[in-house]
Amino acid sequence: MYELVPKTDLRSAYIPDMRAQDILMPVAAGLCCRPGGFHIDPVRPVERAVITHGHSDHARAGHGAVLATQETLDMMRLRYGDNFARTTQAIAYGEEIRLGDVSVKFHPAGHVLGSAQIAVSCKDIRIVASGDYKDAPDPTCAPFEVVPCDVFITEATFGLPVFHHGLAADEARKLLASVALFPERAHLVGAYSLGKAQRVIALLRAAGYDTPIYLHGAMEKITHYYQSRGIDLGELRSVKGVKKADLAGTITLAPPSATSDIWTRRFPDPVTAFASGWMRVRARARQRGVELPLVISDHADWDGLTATIDATGAGEIWVTHGQEDALVHWCTAKGLAARPLDLVGYGDEDEAEAPGGEGAEA
Amino acid sequence: MNRFAELLDRLAYEPGRNNKLRLITNYFRATEDPDRGYALAALTGALSFKHAKPGLIRDLIAGRTDPVLFALSYDYVGDLSETVALMWPKASLPLHNNPPPPTLTEVVTTLRTLGKTELPKQLARWLDELDETGRWALLKLVTGAMRIGISARLAKTAAAALGDKDTHDLELMWPGLAPPYLDLFAWLEGRADKPVNRDPAPFRPVMLAHAIEDTDFANLDASDYIAEWKWDGIRAQAVSGRDQHGNTQVRLYSRSGEDITGSFPDLLPSLRLQDPFAIDGELLVLRDGRVQTFNVLQQRLNRKVVSPKLLKDYPIHLRAYDLLGEGDTDLRELPFAERRERLEAFVSKLNDPRVDLSPTIAFDSWETLRAARADPSPAGAGEDAEAVEGMMLKRRDAPYLPGRPKGQWWKWKRDPHIIDAVLMYAQRGHGKRSSYYSDYTFGVWTNGGDGEQLVPVGKAYFGFTDEELVQIDRFVRRNTTEKFGPVRHVVHEPEQGLVLEVAFEGLARSSRHKSGVAMRFPRINRLRWDKPPREADRLETLERMLKADSAKQAAAVERY
Repeated sequence: MYELVPKTDLRSAYIPDMRAQDILMPVAAGLCCRPGGFHIDPVRPVERAVITHGHSDHARAGHGAVLATQETLDMMRLRYGDNFARTTQAIAYGEEIRLGDVSVKFHPAGHVLGSAQIAVSCKDIRIVASGDYKDAPDPTCAPFEVVPCDVFITEATFGLPVFHHGLAADEARKLLASVALFPERAHLVGAYSLGKAQRVIALLRAAGYDTPIYLHGAMEKITHYYQSRGIDLGELRSVKGVKKADLAGTITLAPPSATSDIWTRRFPDPVTAFASGWMRVRARARQRGVELPLVISDHADWDGLTATIDATGAGEIWVTHGQEDALVHWCTAKGLAARPLDLVGYGDEDEAEAPGGEGAEA
Repeated sequence: MNRFAELLDRLAYEPGRNNKLRLITNYFRATEDPDRGYALAALTGALSFKHAKPGLIRDLIAGRTDPVLFALSYDYVGDLSETVALMWPKASLPLHNNPPPPTLTEVVTTLRTLGKTELPKQLARWLDELDETGRWALLKLVTGAMRIGISARLAKTAAAALGDKDTHDLELMWPGLAPPYLDLFAWLEGRADKPVNRDPAPFRPVMLAHAIEDTDFANLDASDYIAEWKWDGIRAQAVSGRDQHGNTQVRLYSRSGEDITGSFPDLLPSLRLQDPFAIDGELLVLRDGRVQTFNVLQQRLNRKVVSPKLLKDYPIHLRAYDLLGEGDTDLRELPFAERRERLEAFVSKLNDPRVDLSPTIAFDSWETLRAARADPSPAGAGEDAEAVEGMMLKRRDAPYLPGRPKGQWWKWKRDPHIIDAVLMYAQRGHGKRSSYYSDYTFGVWTNGGDGEQLVPVGKAYFGFTDEELVQIDRFVRRNTTEKFGPVRHVVHEPEQGLVLEVAFEGLARSSRHKSGVAMRFPRINRLRWDKPPREADRLETLERMLKADSAKQAAAVERY
């Protein structure tokens, strides 16, 4: 329905009249690149997978060959074990490699440690699959980089103009003010264990909080991995086995669903906090029984999404997982060709994570 | 405004009473006059200005946003004020400098005087200056829809805590205070004397009773208490005093302090005395000395015009049960038994057929009293037994305390409704209880066409002890058949499940419930581990109770 790209070079011997959909197209397994012979973030096992970042809805086990950043490969190994793929290949930011008829280049996405946008170029068309991204500062990962392109594939997790994440540092201060006001209570912060938790810790350290921070068992492996990559998170302790009374006045990071579980009974009168972009909307916070919502997100907010779309200079926008309608409407009103990309299987990590069953010792 | 907004924001999520108190007190400590005074006024509902209509807010946002994006956002957020607060576009940079956001004082004082036509512009200016939370709080304030679960009492308690004062003291002086309460905060911070009430006939905040449970009696000594009938009328306070010109002022107040003098001109001549006084009592309609039912009294309520015929057919009467002040003396600190003696002397001296004394009930044990409650007529209520709603138990040594102090006054209604229902669904609680399944939906049996089935009739989340909560929580976890987010289906078969004895205050028809009935104040009275679910009550039982109740229920809606 749209005139999607400028008329391409008709001299091409292999693919005459090349269009963006011929380079990347949504299929059941995910975003498929036929001329390159791979899928991006496939949700089903495929022969060759190129993966943007380590969150479990994007990085799954069971593929033949996996191309990703070293950090993403390491995280997959931590989560799925050594045999998560037949072969793996690490690629650095800024590195470009040839796959079939296309070339692939990785750029930082600013989402979590090792997260990347993947630029796929074929002839004179460049498509950027950005995966999940944020343009806000985050000391735990490389900053987001704008990649000029013809087609920009954007997420839309927070694709409504009600989502403004504000300064994450203010939210950290809000948490610390609460700890100061309720020194006899424990503060439990629900945060996704890959990326969010480490960012919250880094924010607390930046705000001057230098006492030990406690971790739910499900957080430990990945957090220690962050530390091994040189990210300074200060002194961290396992909460397991710590006496209830000793947890008064402390901060503990836990997977979101653990914060309403039997597990919380080991804490003295806990204040339940939750670090997520969803916390901007009251009904969402209340549904979860959150007492201290912290608007801290790994995703771009509305202004971030629209500013990024502008900055890429792309004439065509494909919108995926989240509030596609509003963002497509915004693009169309700006005169950009835009369409929702009906990919299934990607969720919001804050909503997805389970701590491994009720009553799990962690 | 920003600080107040932060406070409201935090309070909106905090479930614990003590934590709410700490947050509010902390705010009062950290905030200057007069902002904190207006905050106290906002929390106690003492602010008065014309509220902005939702239509105005809608117009403001419509002029600033794309209608499709607004519709999608409103649909997602679900609350108009919140959607507008979040979506409000950042003001385009002003030429010189950003104006500071408005203070709460500025907002409140401006709104008091602002004309209707100036409101939209002013509101837009403030919205430009505030952040998301500030805008949300502002819109809640101007639309008059705060709903953050803070009672006036709680806000006053938090203020009292600022100066380590008793809330009781603050309640007593409250009717004479006005926003922004500079004199109050000065006193709380030890900078000034206690504020004095200059109203010649001030309202005294009323003392209320707790509903007594069967288990309470074990800890109570019958000889400590005086019992009276609980009359099904209107709680009222009759106050007389002299203004600065020496003229006598007489007023009648409802239990919430609303001035209802104008509705009862027939009672006023009896109350126009030389010396000031304050009586706590019940307004009743008496005909030939007999107390009429609430349905009859209802004819006198909420009338704009009180016609002579109405006055003649429904003569109003004050049944006095407490004397709070006499002459210049405040009697509220005295024990009830002493106040009662003074009241008896006062009423007999008054010797007016419009004002009589609430009779006491003689009893020597809880058993005697229980019998009297079951059959009031021979126990002294005589022909008035129909108008008796139950009993009041008042400690002989209780001072008159505003609010609902523990263990001082009890109400013991004649017919507490009780049914046996079956636990059907359980939901996680909030705050301290967020790891427990503490909200229970229960049902009773009915013949639903395809055989016997349970139909939900209500939901309760209190009435049980902490120990029982642990037991039910364990039962729920072990007997879950399905999960839906925070809700669990609990097994409820004729031979398998948990029977809950549920107590409640009354029933009403409801089209919102599948069963067609809704309960008032349902609570878990007892756990019936001994009872198989098939022996639980049936919907027909509730239908019968409803019939008996409905006349009274309809009437109660009109009550002050």
